[in-house]
Amino acid sequence: MTPIAEIENAHTMSVLVDNEPGVLARVIGLFSGRGYNIESLTVAEVNMEDNLSRITIVTSGTPMVIEQIKAQLERLVPVHGVNDLTVEGPHVERELALVKVRGSGEKRVESLRIADIFRARTVDSTNDSFVFEIVGDTGKLDAFIELMVPLGLIDVSRTGVAAIARGTTVLDHD
Amino acid sequence: MSKNQLSGSQILLKALSDQGVDVVFGYPGGAVLPIYDELFKQNKIRHILVRQEGGAVHAAEGYARSTGKVGVVLVTSGPGATNAVTGLLDAMMDSVPLVCICGQVPTHLIGNDAFQEADTTGITRPCTKHNYLAKDVDQLARQIHEAFHVAKSGRPGPVVIDLPKDVMMAQADYLPPAKVKHKSYNPPVKGDLGKIREAVKIMAAAKKPLIYAGGGVINSGTAASQLLTQLVQTTDFPCTLTLMGLGALPASDKHFLGMVGMHGTYESNMAMHDCDVMVCIGARFDDRVTGRIDAFAPNSTKIHIDIDPSSINKNVRVDLGIVGDVGHVLEDMIKLWKSGQNRADEKAMKSWWKTIDKWRERKSLSYDREASIIKPQYAIERLYELTKKRDEVYITTEVGQHQMWAAQHFHFDRPSRWMTSGGLGTMGYGLPSAMGVQIAHPKALVVDIAGEASILMNIQEMSTLVQYNLPVKVFILNNQYMGMVRQWQELLHGGRYSESYMEALPDFVKLAEAFGGVGLRATKKEHLDDVINEMVACDRPVIVDIAVDPKENCYPMIPSGAAHNEMIFGPGDDADTSVSDEGMVLV
Repeated sequence: MTPIAEIENAHTMSVLVDNEPGVLARVIGLFSGRGYNIESLTVAEVNMEDNLSRITIVTSGTPMVIEQIKAQLERLVPVHGVNDLTVEGPHVERELALVKVRGSGEKRVESLRIADIFRARTVDSTNDSFVFEIVGDTGKLDAFIELMVPLGLIDVSRTGVAAIARGTTVLDHD
Repeated sequence: MSKNQLSGSQILLKALSDQGVDVVFGYPGGAVLPIYDELFKQNKIRHILVRQEGGAVHAAEGYARSTGKVGVVLVTSGPGATNAVTGLLDAMMDSVPLVCICGQVPTHLIGNDAFQEADTTGITRPCTKHNYLAKDVDQLARQIHEAFHVAKSGRPGPVVIDLPKDVMMAQADYLPPAKVKHKSYNPPVKGDLGKIREAVKIMAAAKKPLIYAGGGVINSGTAASQLLTQLVQTTDFPCTLTLMGLGALPASDKHFLGMVGMHGTYESNMAMHDCDVMVCIGARFDDRVTGRIDAFAPNSTKIHIDIDPSSINKNVRVDLGIVGDVGHVLEDMIKLWKSGQNRADEKAMKSWWKTIDKWRERKSLSYDREASIIKPQYAIERLYELTKKRDEVYITTEVGQHQMWAAQHFHFDRPSRWMTSGGLGTMGYGLPSAMGVQIAHPKALVVDIAGEASILMNIQEMSTLVQYNLPVKVFILNNQYMGMVRQWQELLHGGRYSESYMEALPDFVKLAEAFGGVGLRATKKEHLDDVINEMVACDRPVIVDIAVDPKENCYPMIPSGAAHNEMIFGPGDDADTSVSDEGMVLV
């Protein structure tokens, strides 16, 4: 059995940063420079008034590496706060994917039927293709995409994970 | 435009002056001409013209480390900035507070592959604590003040301000430092009192304790070194220091076990291996210190005090991490220790000291004192003996065997007297660094203990020494080899000296003279003292070329991939010196 200290788990980190040039390069450079994984990364401005952006990173590592990642992120000057949502408590994760499927006949009908089950919306349609828009957690998107493979999947575009704490908890501002 | 507006260059100089800067190390070029023009018009800030930008950064490091102030560098765009990169990373690794101002091509040319353009913020991002591209003259004063705040607070480090030429010439209002608020970067200095209390409890219960302190103590200020000494003396705990920490506890204190790590003393490393409580203070469990991680102090409870949260649990998992400035934490720790009337178990301590004294008897730093040839250790020992009565002696080093011998055989009773490139291991650090030290301490004796290989990496700075009449002494232990490379080739590569012999060495005496300095040479043991005395007495820059035993190696040593209790002692020691496969890949 692998000791707990060596088990790698996925963690979702929420990083509040000054929205200034180079801030994303700083964060990404830290991950590549120190050999940390990035499984998904999203970034957008979330507070115009204070000029803040939120970066959501899904990473994986042993508990010691995850602790390091948090500490390393926190010491970057434009970083206001880092929350490890996976550790800190219940939170919601959502991701959006655009999934393009080409096909005809039975397969085309089947893709539409599955899209319906997954509550995916059809956002583009031609005689021999669909583009579905699907929102959910990473697992749901993975499952949907896997089901589309035999039905003519030809292209996928995903946003990466955005996450927020459940309840009234507000993530660190400073 | 209001009347009181200043140009970007004027703002820069005013901000530097308001930050207490009195000297800048730099080199002009096209993209910084407006700043140099302003420098010309004023007398407050002194500019030291180096001979290569790398020298400017190391000089600023020497200045910063010997004064506790922020060192300031001014270089031009492109090659000026890229030449500074090694020094910046050196300062990053060794936590030296620097502000480096780089010229940049005008904003409208950025990204156009303009003449002498480099993506300086991109290049320096991973080798600085923070960097700025100052595109807006209205923000310039704030950014400069913030740069100083970032450089010196928390764990110190280098900060780059990349300043486009058009911004130097644009006009804006000046903002004094008092008006600048730092939004996100405010590292805590006080340690958690509950945790310090817990640490004291663990320490009081220790039977085989060890204090392992590093450069963080020195960075925290003179008071922190005094507090460390106080803690050591109050608890009667043995104490070892890292390469960066030498001087934090007086070398003459009986609790001092010598340096720890790869070339540390036997007693330090054995105590590290066998201790039951380790108190790490301002050190970072560097691989040169820990040796093989899975065999590192296997039976100890580890307490780690550091201002940088990312240093805790980075290499070695500790049982209790305390984030805070070591000076503050030590103060609280001593208070709690005393008020709780704590005392370590007397019987256990007695037996622990007895064990340590046994290890001391091994005399791991001994060498062949009787040899007729000058042993490098002997040369350093004589340098120490002949200068120890002087009030102010500062030692810098280059990197390699001579550096380790200096650390082993020169003894420091005060902090900030020892400047060496520890983390990055930058050959060529010592001469420019000594230059910076001498600028800060004009009356002091400043000696760069060097090797004949390292010194050639920044030898051009001899010219700077002569220009400013800085009487730095370059003390070359000339063994005609890149000694440490050769030592590893002997240990790991069957003695095949691939490219480690220094052929076609210059005549260092003539070289010194060619620069306008003084050249001295010692080839015989009996002349050594005279040469050292002559060097010390000279009020000009001196290069001393000392012909030392070319075959001598640096011991004791923990071979790479080995544990602390697997040290080797050099000739006369029949221990197994073979290195494991895992050790072979380590550096």
